[in-house]
Amino acid sequence: MASLVGSRVERKEDKRFLTGKGRYTADINLANQTYAIFVRSPHARAFIKKINIDKALKSSGVVSILTGKEIADDKIGGLIAGWAIRSEDGTEMKCPGNPPLAKDNVNFVGDPVAVVIAESLAEAKDAAEKVEVDYKVLKAVTSTADAMNGDTIHEGIDKNLCFDWLLGDRQKVKEAFDKADKVISIDIINNRLIPNAMEPRACVADYNAASEEITLYTTSQNPHLSRLIMSAFGNVAPEHKLRVVAPDVGGGFGSKINVYNEDIVCSWAAKKINRAIKWVAERSESFLTDIHGRDHVTHAELAVTKDGKFLGFKNETIANLGAYARVFGTVTPTYLFGPCATGVYEIPAAYTNVKAVYTNTAPVDAYRGAGRPEATYTIERLVEKASMELGIDKTELRIKNFPTGFPFKQTLVHTVDSGDYVAGMEKAKQMADYKGFEARRKESEAKGKLRGIGVTSYFEACGIAPSAAVMSLGCGVGLWESAEVRFNPTGQVTVYTGSHSHGQSHQTTFAQIAADELGVPIENIDIVHGDTDKGTFGMGTYGSRSLAVGGIAIVNACKKIVEKGKRVTAKMLEANPEDVEFKDGEFIVSKSNKKKTIGEVAFACYLPGVRDEMKSPLPEGDEPGLKETSFYDPSNFSFPAGTHIAEVEIDPETGHVKLEKYTACDDFGRIINPMVVEGQVHGGLAQGIGQALYENAEYDETGQLMTGSYMDYTMPRADNFPEFNIGYTCTHATTNPLGVKGCGEAGAIAAPPTVMNAVIDALGGQEVTMPATAEKVWKACKNLKKSNTKAA
Amino acid sequence: MKDFNYHSAKDSKEASKLASSSSAFLAGGMTTIPSMKLGLATYKDLIDIKNIKKLSGIKVSGKSVTIGAATKHVEVSNSKDVKKAIPSLSSLAEGIGDPQVRNRGTIGGSIANNDPSADYPSACIALNATIHTNERKIEAVKFFKGMFETALKKGELIEAIEFQIPEKSSYQKHPNPASRYAIVGVYVAKHKGDVNVAVTGAKSCVYNDKEMSKALSGNFSSSSIDGMDLDSSEMNTDMHASAEFRASLVVTQAKKAVDAC
Repeated sequence: MASLVGSRVERKEDKRFLTGKGRYTADINLANQTYAIFVRSPHARAFIKKINIDKALKSSGVVSILTGKEIADDKIGGLIAGWAIRSEDGTEMKCPGNPPLAKDNVNFVGDPVAVVIAESLAEAKDAAEKVEVDYKVLKAVTSTADAMNGDTIHEGIDKNLCFDWLLGDRQKVKEAFDKADKVISIDIINNRLIPNAMEPRACVADYNAASEEITLYTTSQNPHLSRLIMSAFGNVAPEHKLRVVAPDVGGGFGSKINVYNEDIVCSWAAKKINRAIKWVAERSESFLTDIHGRDHVTHAELAVTKDGKFLGFKNETIANLGAYARVFGTVTPTYLFGPCATGVYEIPAAYTNVKAVYTNTAPVDAYRGAGRPEATYTIERLVEKASMELGIDKTELRIKNFPTGFPFKQTLVHTVDSGDYVAGMEKAKQMADYKGFEARRKESEAKGKLRGIGVTSYFEACGIAPSAAVMSLGCGVGLWESAEVRFNPTGQVTVYTGSHSHGQSHQTTFAQIAADELGVPIENIDIVHGDTDKGTFGMGTYGSRSLAVGGIAIVNACKKIVEKGKRVTAKMLEANPEDVEFKDGEFIVSKSNKKKTIGEVAFACYLPGVRDEMKSPLPEGDEPGLKETSFYDPSNFSFPAGTHIAEVEIDPETGHVKLEKYTACDDFGRIINPMVVEGQVHGGLAQGIGQALYENAEYDETGQLMTGSYMDYTMPRADNFPEFNIGYTCTHATTNPLGVKGCGEAGAIAAPPTVMNAVIDALGGQEVTMPATAEKVWKACKNLKKSNTKAA
Repeated sequence: MKDFNYHSAKDSKEASKLASSSSAFLAGGMTTIPSMKLGLATYKDLIDIKNIKKLSGIKVSGKSVTIGAATKHVEVSNSKDVKKAIPSLSSLAEGIGDPQVRNRGTIGGSIANNDPSADYPSACIALNATIHTNERKIEAVKFFKGMFETALKKGELIEAIEFQIPEKSSYQKHPNPASRYAIVGVYVAKHKGDVNVAVTGAKSCVYNDKEMSKALSGNFSSSSIDGMDLDSSEMNTDMHASAEFRASLVVTQAKKAVDAC
């Protein structure tokens, strides 16, 4: 049987998606359901003086209107930060309460203050307009850079500072800088982004008064984790009385990790009114209330020798948390950011200091790449600048500072098990025709255009991650993953995975893995996920962990099945278990022609007896049935890496940046399905290039979101991109049996510095902030013209 | 969206009769419907004019192209007659919005709405258009009054737009990267006697840039407007482009248009 791992198996999920048979949360309608509309704060910061619901209650079709008072009276808990970060001075981070419905004050535009539940959506909307909220508007704090100087948003949290965190050794860094020939420094802004999943958030909550069970259908990347948080912290229901189902989910990118206000409110309210409640976000609500991403202000320095050896690295960053600290809000700018900020280089001394601040903006949390795009942007912009200032070729300078071997003990935290950064660089240069750039630049120049080339070499820590490691760093949970592999008596297989697919093609990739492990045709394997009633527990999908953690759990569960199969075969064929080999779905007694197929073994396990004989195929100690579970806890993160090269051409008259060429040469370890990986790379690149050239979430001084629709928030479109030139170097991970590393976030991590390095190269080294919009680039071109005229 | 009464008029007369101070004509609905959905506009009556046969279609004579008000953008962009007579008008229509918008949006709707960033108003100015309504004929220069404002009176319905066929013309747009509306769009048309340089997106309403028109009427070459420093004091500033940048773009797009003629 040919191996499926490594082949372009067509996606099993496509038939239902392409024929409109997907079942998303908004597709779910329950008998007698009601509709919820949330009344949201129009102000970024205000006291709630009074809420008057009298008129709204009289509006037609209204079933119930609930506010922060009722939710507090019922002792429903608030939303939480999932990772406790300690400041440099040893104090614990400071987090404000975050009730699902604001009771006393609101802290960002969109903060919900009441829910209106009615018989129809139109009636709920009409009634919501009649809820009168009397606010005392306060001065908002919106700027990341100035947040520490603003009014105190949350009582008791001085300077709006959640924590002031340090990773690394300041003294060692000082010594390294003292020895340097040159210090390269940079001030950068990592622009704020809105994830924009294609499917807006939604939930349908149902209450069964007989069983006292709440069922919540919701757009989640991690239904079990949501259930745990809603139960343990939200006090919505005990875990065994709360079922969370995340059916087909149309994209998450991190924005659907969090338990959101609406999940808790609808679940709680469904029980209160004893009816099902449906809520579907409008796009404008998604813009306002989905978690946002990035939003850093950074000053960084690199100490170098004159021949280009890196000696030391400093990173001083202010990270915007938004109004509240949410699930991955505090770890994203710390442990997901700091360790990767020294990049793929041997830098003897380094530190990263992060001040995380609260502002009156939507909460900021993990968005595709989470911390690693910010880290890579910092180091790769700095290295590119160093190459300009030192006059050393940008690829040579990088190679000079690559690690000399693996495992690579990275400066701050990680030990990278495997990789070949030089091979990746050389291949990328070849793919991009790096040598031919100068000729292309001249061609552009002849047309009156400016051409630039940019390089990024990155690594990232994903496959998050060993429980003992992450819990020692403050994580509230362990980040293992589970899988259950169940045979039916007639030989088909159901695999329950705790990973969650919301665009990642698990149904295909995981089936390929199980098919190879078990020797069962892929058509006979179903991958099941996304329902707390269908599997024991799962930590969910984020941090490119599905394959490197969830996939390995499947492998391990399959291996247990095979072990049991060997024992059963040995009993049935009267051989020693040690003499039974398993290959391509058959258990073969070595040096004989005796064998059993895995289907026969499954059948025997479920029907363990024979007519007219008192005989069992099951060895002593083995129970009937064929189902195995694995809870896999990885021994390390996984470390994808690569080199990306971009070329841009700029029209100095309009400031238009045209991305001419984009080359990505990635090392994702072993690739299970190249087609799926290409899709992941394309999507990641689109989002990364989007950050560099188009996307920006902008608040005005009063905290109003200026980019609250697609009229103003520039989502990149297909015509913004060239054909991507994609290649791989595949050094297998040594820390897991598949040798896989993860590919979901790489594009979003590598693309922003790659594109910006190219833009800045074209502009003769002039700094431009992301996104490099036409006007910013036009201004830089004018400056360039001025300085060229002066020079002449 | 609030409840409203829907009417489908069979002719202009009926449409006009149904109109009141709380009604709106509905053609493609590309602005009206989203505005109603967002609660920015409410109407008691929507009077659908799409089914009025007389309002759709394209007629080309030796001197002009006349397009019915309810003609969709896609019909204009696909029309071989328009492509032959005024190719720039055809490509303008092809660049409006996205396929969904082009398959529903109408020329009359676009002009009646007079969005300061819309494409069609610049074509009307550049191509010396005459707006035919159920009551009168209005010259384009007198039709566009200000931001979202036109010479139309309540109940007055655009029936057709008559464009003068120029010797040469081109429309060049610098789109808003998000909405793809024009940050600046410049429609240059060379007629027998003079040159029009109609600008959309730059100010609160479409206008004919006299300075560039004059320069190009003297010498129809992009060099005659190269480096022209336009007054930006009345130009729009928003998060996508400052007035200063818009002023520069107007010249750049005008040059591109002249070169493309």
